[in-house]
Amino acid sequence: MPAAQPLPVRPLAAVAALAMLLAAAPAPEPWGGVAEAVAARSVAIKIANFEFNPGVTSVTAGTAVTWTNNDDDAHSVVADDRSFRSNPLDTGDSYTFTFATPGTYAYHCGLHPQMVGKIVVTR
Amino acid sequence: MTRRDETAQADPSRRAVMKCMSWAGAGVLWTIDGGVASSVLATGADAAPRAGSLDFVQISDTHIGFDKAANPDVQGTLRGAIAKIKALPAQPAFAIHTGDITHLSRADEFDTADQMLKDLNLPIFHTPGEHDTLDEGNGKVFLERYGQGTWGTGWRSFDAAGVHFLGLVNTVGLNKDGRGRLGPEQIAWIEKDVAHLSSSTPLVVYAHMPLFDAYVPWGWGTVDAPAAFAPLRRFGSVTVLNGHIHQVITKTEGNITFHTARSTAYPQATAGTPGAGPGPLKVPADQLRGVLGIRDIARPHRRGPLVVVDQTLV
Repeated sequence: MPAAQPLPVRPLAAVAALAMLLAAAPAPEPWGGVAEAVAARSVAIKIANFEFNPGVTSVTAGTAVTWTNNDDDAHSVVADDRSFRSNPLDTGDSYTFTFATPGTYAYHCGLHPQMVGKIVVTR
Repeated sequence: MTRRDETAQADPSRRAVMKCMSWAGAGVLWTIDGGVASSVLATGADAAPRAGSLDFVQISDTHIGFDKAANPDVQGTLRGAIAKIKALPAQPAFAIHTGDITHLSRADEFDTADQMLKDLNLPIFHTPGEHDTLDEGNGKVFLERYGQGTWGTGWRSFDAAGVHFLGLVNTVGLNKDGRGRLGPEQIAWIEKDVAHLSSSTPLVVYAHMPLFDAYVPWGWGTVDAPAAFAPLRRFGSVTVLNGHIHQVITKTEGNITFHTARSTAYPQATAGTPGAGPGPLKVPADQLRGVLGIRDIARPHRRGPLVVVDQTLV
């Protein structure tokens, strides 16, 4: 489950990289370095064949988790404790939630509650 | 608990007297008498409706808004279903829609469905599917549209031609294993609702999800259905209609006969097909209408059995 392992996040390094880019002569893609740093704090979960994949995902606080529905049926993402809830997701639709607070968040599909997953948020 | 105000109450039997043609279905008739189903081939001689007879149709799982490979034109197939109903030899008195009117509970999807179904020119009783209660209010939008005369999350009862109808809701607050749930409040209401009825009154019970366990790993059942049926066991004939699984299954349990219905939108795999899931099933385009359909339910003779006829859209 490669997506379950959060990539290391070094905000200071990102800022330094940005400063270097800005100091340099006008570059065609000055924001490339920052985009990479942002990508490091985001994780993708696939919804396919009536399953969340990966089913358990560990992230650090502040990570944006994006669910994308790859099924032909509609699904949704609902926290068991209702702390987050997506609109219905049609095929290809995505929903993103940023986990600010450490803890374990169990969730399910609102249309098919037998589909379950968990996000484990650490500092 | 108070019932929602009903300003325009439908009279489900008002068309019964207008019927003058012989009732004949194309296909197999399921007759239900004292809870025992038997099938015979339909012929024109089977039944000439008399005054006071009952005839209604069931449509299900129209999924307006769905546009994927399993059926890119769900409006086209719904039009086909409407044409089938209008072509029935005897026009039904009313229709029941057993849920999943829309695919995503969007207002424009409900609008399209309502606009198209107006063409039937029949009173329609709706019960929600899980696809109809995806709004933030968990079904508030459904109730605003179709909730007149209902209780709780949209359940209701009414009488037509001597048959007592219970329209139930088992898709709000689903069970953890994916099965439907009626909830204690609705079950208490059922018990109260039928308390005054004679045991010889035929009952028709309808809901979106199967009220028996059709296939639990896919959530095809209703977890507390046994409790709901307890007060119905004393009745001689209970006919249960539902949608959700987009295929016809018939099952008899004593006095109760269960009939799941086809969708007008797309088929689903047979329960438990290895490697399959409960999602939309793509079949060759020229076979699609053969796995979609409507259902006509009639009681041609007062005090006779109910007759359930499934028709495909071919």
